[in-house]
Amino acid sequence: MLNVKDILETITMIQDENLDVRTVTMGISLLDCQSEDAGRLCARIYDKICRRADRLVAVGEQIEKEYGIPIINKRIAVTPVSMLLGAFAEQDAVQVARTLDRAANTCGVNFIGGFSALVHKGFSAGDQQLIAAIPEALAVTDRVCSSVNVGSTKAGLNMDAVALMGRVVRQTAERTADRDCIGCAKLVVFCNAPEDNPFMAGAFHGPGEPDCVINVGVSGPGAVRAALHKAGDCDITGVADVIKRTAFKVTRMGQLVAAEASRRLGVPAGIVDLSLAPTPAVGDSVAHILEEMGLEQCGCCGTTAALALLNDAVKKGGVMASSHVGGLSGAFIPVTEDAGMIDAARSGCLCIEKLEAMTAVCSVGLDMINIPGDTPAEVIAAIIADEAAIGMVNAKTTAVRVIPAIGKTVGEELSFGGLLGGGPIMPVRTQSPARFISRGGRIPAPIQSLKN
Amino acid sequence: MRRAVITVLGRDTVGILARISSGCAAHNINVLEVTQSILQDMFAMIMMVDITNCNVPFTQFADEMTAIGEQMGLHVHTMHEDLFNSMHTI
Repeated sequence: MLNVKDILETITMIQDENLDVRTVTMGISLLDCQSEDAGRLCARIYDKICRRADRLVAVGEQIEKEYGIPIINKRIAVTPVSMLLGAFAEQDAVQVARTLDRAANTCGVNFIGGFSALVHKGFSAGDQQLIAAIPEALAVTDRVCSSVNVGSTKAGLNMDAVALMGRVVRQTAERTADRDCIGCAKLVVFCNAPEDNPFMAGAFHGPGEPDCVINVGVSGPGAVRAALHKAGDCDITGVADVIKRTAFKVTRMGQLVAAEASRRLGVPAGIVDLSLAPTPAVGDSVAHILEEMGLEQCGCCGTTAALALLNDAVKKGGVMASSHVGGLSGAFIPVTEDAGMIDAARSGCLCIEKLEAMTAVCSVGLDMINIPGDTPAEVIAAIIADEAAIGMVNAKTTAVRVIPAIGKTVGEELSFGGLLGGGPIMPVRTQSPARFISRGGRIPAPIQSLKN
Repeated sequence: MRRAVITVLGRDTVGILARISSGCAAHNINVLEVTQSILQDMFAMIMMVDITNCNVPFTQFADEMTAIGEQMGLHVHTMHEDLFNSMHTI
């Protein structure tokens, strides 16, 4: 039986604490769109996406209204496009990107993910075409997101891919320098990329997934912070319990939306991603949760421990609330998308090295970090290598989404607008890792991978 | 039975219950239970309604309730009860 307290709590969470479902993402397999002709391949891709996702936005809006839950984004993830490009050229890859952009526009979604390649052990023909096309593809499209998986716990790190992605990130920034280098905000380099991640920019529809699926990503940093605030001066065990309880409620909401969207669209429900995803809006910050726990500012000593507790409690609370958990599942720390992180980066309290430590205990990785425009490709590659190594050794997903601010340096800012936010350019160490990166080859899989 | 929860929050004024319940009646929605409280001059009402025989799409009804709230300077949320059940019960 419902009681007044529960009802008012839910209303407050939604109305005052920015509780929402961050994304309902439809995964669509493009494996049956294969063709020997690039034009026909694009036509089939466009038709299949539009056929599968034509009601996605309408159904999302209907659920939003009936349940009173804001669903911020409706998005599409497709099969890694490199898997379709084996017989084609780089220009054809750009053509596919334009097709994805057009399909996303027709379906009314704000992002489409899957301009991706999985190269953790090496490159196949399509992978090379796709990666070479990334800078242009992200410059000529608005909604396409790209990701490349360069390592895994099982396979080790493909250092040739790491070096290549250092160059690709720079080229992508240069190609979109007139728009605050926004191309790089849509490009993620992964280690241990999940196949069912509903969050952009790293979403793609893995080869092990069904033909079509609905994945949901929840959010709610504001609700967690408010619950901690109400809990007052409890001890750390109490803090973990409060977070678990809130995460349970937030995730139940996501599970409900996933089940309803799946039923109404006639598409199987995949996973709920148990995530705390911030936005630049006031009251929707992961950094502010850490500060509510008792840190003066995010980035100070104690941040990693507080984040480890937060990340673990979110998962423990969420896992019982959902039938199938997947995706990235954990707290996100995208700097430019989090009001508290932006402030901490501006004040100098939060630096890249601290963020790197934080990524060892939370979801994702070095995310939405503006770096100086003169950062060489091999330094970007080395940042990717460091982050991927953390993921590889700890058997977790890590990623790098850094934005070289072409023509700008520390002390200046980039602004992307919307959910991508904006923020200061953070200093990066300038000593060169060029020789290490230029060696190429593979870092062997760690001993942790031998579990059989 | 399909049920929804209508929550009304705001400054107390004459005719809130009347406007909301006549809005329900106009669409064949039966009011099952009402809880209301007034703290100082703030009004909080929670109404459980049966929407099984609602004669318009539920989303349209929710929009109408929100519009009534806006006319009276109140926050009105009309939400399917499944949300509360899933969030607060195991």
